[in-house]
Amino acid sequence: MNRHLLSAGDLTRDDAELVLRTAEELRSLADRPIKKLPALRGRTVVNLFFEDSTRTRISFEAAAKRLSADVINFAAKGSSLSKGESLKDTALTLEAMGADAIVVRHSASGAPHRLAHTGWTRSSVINAGDGTHEHPTQALLDAFTMWRHLAPGGAGKSGGGLDGRRIAVVGDVLHSRVARSNALLLRTLGAEVTLVAPPTLLPVGVEGWDVETSYDLDSVLPKADAVMMLRVQRERMSDAYFPTVREYSRRYGLDSRRMGLLQEHALVMHPGPMVRGMEITADVADSSRSVIVEQVTNGVAVRMAVLYLLLAGSSEPTLTTSDPGASE
Amino acid sequence: MTSYLIKNARPYGGEPTDVLVRDGVVAELGASLTPEEGTEVVDAGGAVLLPGLVDLHTHLREPGREDAETVDTGTRAAAQGGFTAVHAMANTDPVADTAGVVEQVWRLGREAGHCDVYPVGAVTVGLAGEQLAELGAMADSAARVRVFSDDGKCVSDAVLMRRALEYVKAFDGVIAQHAQEPRLTEGAQMNEGDLSGRLGLRGWPAVAEEAIIARDCLLTAHVGSRLHVCHLSTAGSVDLVRWAKSNGWNVTAEVTPHHLLLTDDLAATYDPIFKVNPPLRTAADVEAVRAGLADGTIDVVATDHAPHPHEDKDCEWSAAAFGMLGLETALSVVQHTMVDTGLLTWEQVADRMSVRPAEIGRVADHGRPIAVGEPANLVVFDASVTRVVDPTETASLSRNNPYAGRELPGRVVATFLRGRPTVLDGKVL
Repeated sequence: MNRHLLSAGDLTRDDAELVLRTAEELRSLADRPIKKLPALRGRTVVNLFFEDSTRTRISFEAAAKRLSADVINFAAKGSSLSKGESLKDTALTLEAMGADAIVVRHSASGAPHRLAHTGWTRSSVINAGDGTHEHPTQALLDAFTMWRHLAPGGAGKSGGGLDGRRIAVVGDVLHSRVARSNALLLRTLGAEVTLVAPPTLLPVGVEGWDVETSYDLDSVLPKADAVMMLRVQRERMSDAYFPTVREYSRRYGLDSRRMGLLQEHALVMHPGPMVRGMEITADVADSSRSVIVEQVTNGVAVRMAVLYLLLAGSSEPTLTTSDPGASE
Repeated sequence: MTSYLIKNARPYGGEPTDVLVRDGVVAELGASLTPEEGTEVVDAGGAVLLPGLVDLHTHLREPGREDAETVDTGTRAAAQGGFTAVHAMANTDPVADTAGVVEQVWRLGREAGHCDVYPVGAVTVGLAGEQLAELGAMADSAARVRVFSDDGKCVSDAVLMRRALEYVKAFDGVIAQHAQEPRLTEGAQMNEGDLSGRLGLRGWPAVAEEAIIARDCLLTAHVGSRLHVCHLSTAGSVDLVRWAKSNGWNVTAEVTPHHLLLTDDLAATYDPIFKVNPPLRTAADVEAVRAGLADGTIDVVATDHAPHPHEDKDCEWSAAAFGMLGLETALSVVQHTMVDTGLLTWEQVADRMSVRPAEIGRVADHGRPIAVGEPANLVVFDASVTRVVDPTETASLSRNNPYAGRELPGRVVATFLRGRPTVLDGKVL
């Protein structure tokens, strides 16, 4: 693997499968009474969040702590955009403190790329969501969740990817970093991806993404093995991306009627935070097909795998030799 | 005043000759001229001789942003690039929207003495797009403003644009429009296309430029005035200007050196050195603007030299300022993209970079032929050498050079402003 994780497109199929296999190993930790490994003892992981995101931040924090890393949470509220300290000066500060990995969330697309390529820091950089660009660990946890349920042989036992599985990603693709990373990673793993949105919420140039697109959710659902609903912000309405919230929900929301169009085994997913009643109804979100809560659990395992592989070397971890209780 | 004998120079890239410059004019032309007593000899060594270049679009940043550039440093950079006249854009602080500010910039240019400075007047007060600035007062001032522009912002209000076009007819002015439909480009960061969607950078669609150009061409025809289109960047814009010209309308256009060479794929680096407005476009657009410049649809090359301090580029893309340097590399980029490719002769380069911009700006003493009795505004350009662009080697205060590390052909050996050298041996005097 590369030293950084900036884009889901950076991952080869071998890289991606290694992350999934490693995550599967690490996930078993969650079922143990002591959920801790000494793998990153003495290493420092900085969560550098220029944008609020409690769920992603605590997921990375839990992942790093379970690997015994020292964790520093740095909520840099003002970016250089709002005349606070610049990204560069923040990076130089963290470099001076000896961060081994910087997990960065930023409102500017490409900010993690700048951190990794300007010489401001020698740390590994992990993109925890940049603007409307990418969110690669979200894509990895989504793929991991699908893989556990949908991979041939089940529960990831057979290894391999998601060949031939059909995944529908529905909603505000234009502004979604989750959609971009998912489209890249799912294709790498061999899945067929269909992006479903009103034409206003599909990016210019999407025809070059090696995915299918559709404006009609009802026609896509019966073939899907998983359907991922994206969050849609109400403010998009004032920019005329769609006429009203109600019309959006009628045409692109996942309600129980539409859930009935899905195959028996098909999964309902959402990267969170959900807007219940907008893109997904409460009964669908809470139904037995929904793996939305499991996605959160898997997020910690996948982020552990990413931190482990970037910082501790590229081999798979050995769980047997650990004496986790002694690490702190 | 010292006289200069330029030996072995090739006017417009043609046959070598000697040129005697005396009392501010070209005094003699011919093979093997003998220097008189006290005449300084400049050996051009077979370099190309062109009329001094004229830039219709320069940001000198003074008054207001003297940390980025001053009239003195900007005009040094201009001389270094072979320019003898520049038009200083109005988006300073305070904005050049009164006779007082344009006269200040004009006077600073005279005092610096590196090249003639022609201030551009703002079309609207404070570039706010609401009320016409006192265009007549600026035209009547010592700065004799003829080019008016809200550059950096578009005069998007159709009525205001119509009135401005009409009003400047009284003093033979021209409105230089920054064509950018504001609502279509809110928050825009790069060319809207295949790459903007992948990079998650908000797109600046070609139609936002083209819609304004189409409207302004029609307005210009309707009121019988003069329109100049700033930094045209798309294939569709070239077609629109070609159409306007074929109707006999008084529409001219410029292209920047960077739009002749660089493409939007550079945004994939997320390095804001490549962030500019209008944005770098596709390879097809580059091909179209080159063809438009070659066939005369695009009248001139203008630099849009836009200095920015380091910290405004050493950051994340969306936080960075728009713009790149251009004065010192313009002629090299034009040689590389237009001459070495066979699209333009050196005589046509003189037309696009000196003659036509001087005509559009109504600048009398520039863009003149290289002939006996004409003002000695000249540039000696050695087209036979190449250089690797080093951003620290500059007369500008800023370093936002998008060509850093690139190999470009040609080098300015000497520049003369009314018979006085502003650059000799490749160095600003």
